[in-house]
Amino acid sequence: MTAAAAPHDAGLHAGHDDRPWLRRYVFSTDHKTIGIQFLFLSLTFLLLGGLMAMVIRWQLGFPGTPVPGGSILPDAMAPGGVIRPSFYNALVTMHGTFMIFFAVMPLLTGVFANYLIPLKIGAPDMAFPRLNMWSFWLMIPAGTLALAGFFVEGGSAASGWTAYAPLSNSPLYTGVSAGQILWCVAIIIFGASSLLGSVNYIATVVNLRAPGMTWMRLPLSVWALFITAILALLAVPILAGAIIMLLFDQVLGTHFYLPTGGGQPLLWQHLFWFFGHPEVYILILPAMGIVSDVIANGSRKPIFGYTSMVFAIGGIAGLGFMVWGHHMFVSGMNPTLGTSFMASTMLIAVPTSIKVFNWLGTMWRGNIHFHVPMLNAIGFLSMFVIGGLSGIFMAATPVDMYIHDTYFIVAHIHYVLFGGSLFAAFAGIYYWFPKMFGREMHDGLGRWHFGLTFVFYNLTFFPMHLLGLGGHMRRLYDPTQYPFLAPMQPINVFVSVSAFLLMAAQLPFVWNFFWSLFRGPKAPLNPWRDNSLEWTVPSPPPHGNFVETPTVYRGPYEYSVPGEPEDFLPQDRPAPARQEAH
Amino acid sequence: MHWWIPTNASSYGGDVDRIFYIILYITGFVFLVVEGGLLVFLVRYRRREGRTAAYIHGNNTAEIIWTTIPAVIVVMLALLSQKVWSTVKDPAHFPADAIPIGVHVKQFEWQFTMPGPDGKLGTDDDIFRKNELHLVVGRNYAVQLTSQDVIHSFFIPAFRLKQDVVPGMTIVAWFRPILTGAFDLACAQLCGVGHYRMQATVYVHSAEDFARWQTAQGAPATAAPVATDTTMGSMAMPHSGGTR
Ligand SMILES: [Cu+2]
Ligand SMILES: [Cu+2]
Repeated sequence: MTAAAAPHDAGLHAGHDDRPWLRRYVFSTDHKTIGIQFLFLSLTFLLLGGLMAMVIRWQLGFPGTPVPGGSILPDAMAPGGVIRPSFYNALVTMHGTFMIFFAVMPLLTGVFANYLIPLKIGAPDMAFPRLNMWSFWLMIPAGTLALAGFFVEGGSAASGWTAYAPLSNSPLYTGVSAGQILWCVAIIIFGASSLLGSVNYIATVVNLRAPGMTWMRLPLSVWALFITAILALLAVPILAGAIIMLLFDQVLGTHFYLPTGGGQPLLWQHLFWFFGHPEVYILILPAMGIVSDVIANGSRKPIFGYTSMVFAIGGIAGLGFMVWGHHMFVSGMNPTLGTSFMASTMLIAVPTSIKVFNWLGTMWRGNIHFHVPMLNAIGFLSMFVIGGLSGIFMAATPVDMYIHDTYFIVAHIHYVLFGGSLFAAFAGIYYWFPKMFGREMHDGLGRWHFGLTFVFYNLTFFPMHLLGLGGHMRRLYDPTQYPFLAPMQPINVFVSVSAFLLMAAQLPFVWNFFWSLFRGPKAPLNPWRDNSLEWTVPSPPPHGNFVETPTVYRGPYEYSVPGEPEDFLPQDRPAPARQEAH
Repeated sequence: MHWWIPTNASSYGGDVDRIFYIILYITGFVFLVVEGGLLVFLVRYRRREGRTAAYIHGNNTAEIIWTTIPAVIVVMLALLSQKVWSTVKDPAHFPADAIPIGVHVKQFEWQFTMPGPDGKLGTDDDIFRKNELHLVVGRNYAVQLTSQDVIHSFFIPAFRLKQDVVPGMTIVAWFRPILTGAFDLACAQLCGVGHYRMQATVYVHSAEDFARWQTAQGAPATAAPVATDTTMGSMAMPHSGGTR
């Protein structure tokens, strides 16, 4: 079957599936299989990124003492289990790289855009199933090459996930050569994967919506994933271009970022953050979309202010391209430019508060069901508020002058990307697990996982604000070296112990995930009594998704409609009242 | 154990702290309202038998209110911040009598060139020091920051000042210490394997103390350096790209 014709291919009618095993489970073009492949891959990378964080936290809590079990590490990394400064820098770099590019981004877009978009808009598959397959299979070499850096001469990239030039330009400055080149190639391949995914999500949402699925009847998750794809399509090529120039500086002897040859170190920062800020929204908008769906469902109420929610997503995305300079207030960039970037950055508080207040408005006068996805969505909301508010400190130029490059910023980004993105990803996994695998996850374990994660997450990341206010720099191998930081070491110990417990708190999730995969009870057709189209087909849905293309009569948030016998009204149910579903 | 902003020791640090506290009070209030509201809703509207959720799609007045209020607050914060920011960073607002100090950095070392009694850089009585900077309390200083290799960041927490040092650029930053004592100077930008130990100490002396220290360096004992107008004029502004 050709890629372009695939969705309307006769072979795609639901229920008929005669693909060979390899095409079905490995090199599959089915968006559902690809979504699940992304799920396993991104969770694996999430675990890797988490393990790196554990080693980092050990060094920060107990500098210079051997990491438990660290004796298995080669001498180039940790002789006798004691982490070398070079290895520490490599870990900091790769923790950020893996979490952002290989864990959270594929977890939110790779998994949920792939799995949900066709099902939620009533399409049999993506517009370009083969591109879609490629977008997954490119992630494997990308992640592998990045990881390979640890095992080459000189170790992995160690210039931070931001790879500031000229530190990243030359082995003279870091002692890393092959590792940094591998990092560049890995991110370029990741970029290709992300672009293939993005064109696909955009084309699918534009072209393959079922009859009646107007733009303003799209679930907010689909809106968010659609706008995220546009963001990625516009931002990722800038990153790829910047990294190609960096690669040229490294291997061809060009001087794009090297002042010795007339280059500009700040050019890297402008290009990187022109990508980097939209990237933050690529990581948070899908989370906002997922949470919107879950909060409306959990509250059994229509989403409050649907239209402003849509415009707020667009507003955040649009502003996201005008604020990159807030990462560069103290970089040596013209201070007047700093002022304009402060103004544009502050404005982001407007669409952001629209979203927060509309979520609260959705819960107001609702009938709130505390199912596990809803608990995680509430976790998202309460933690994202902290991350959003702490962002205002950084937006204010004079305050940023003090807290820039300190643990305050580390706290902020983790409140947004863990408290925000990851809680939403957990909400999404708990919510759509029954759809993906046809089995239910264990409720009690899910509650324990949420509760422990919520507590230890806050104990880990909240004190980092205080470290930052004390002036504690980030990416610092041994804070006790500094007289003004040494008295804060007890906070570092506290944070480290909390981080280990936070990691341990993921065990119930891992157990629950794999146990439910094989032993979970069979899921009913519509376990959450949701309105969206994916709950009208069997779990897991057959190849081709819908036996008959559904017709859509209303938006996805018609909960508790007066006069209806039930508190939900699916999108494809023809008449408004007293009609049996067929 | 200290876990908060260190005592301020520079002329503008108090203004920076003031904006920090204004933002802290505003965001603290918003935090309490939002999280408090969330908690109330979770308890009050929790699932109960026989309850039906209200069938409401939104409210335009509410949307306008929670669009306008944050907009007004952030515009106000931006205006407040702008004043302090331009005092600290805008070369047009640098004090004219600032004493120039050369700060040249390389992996992983701070090299300070302090003017001798003539108050000028580039003359024979310049005092050169690695990883220690000597200042007089109450004087304005302008550091001319240059880097030999990668980007470093000049960070004196007690002064609330941070400024990256970029190779190929000469960036000027100013400050006026208002407290005597020894303060940490840190590199705040990841700059390689020795980044974590790239530290220096800033000694802020009283005028008499400073004179004594200067004498010990072999320079004639006169009053603390006096800056002339020409020192400011000869200084490179950010983005000029020249080196001294
Ligand atoms: Cu940003
Ligand atoms: Cu440095």
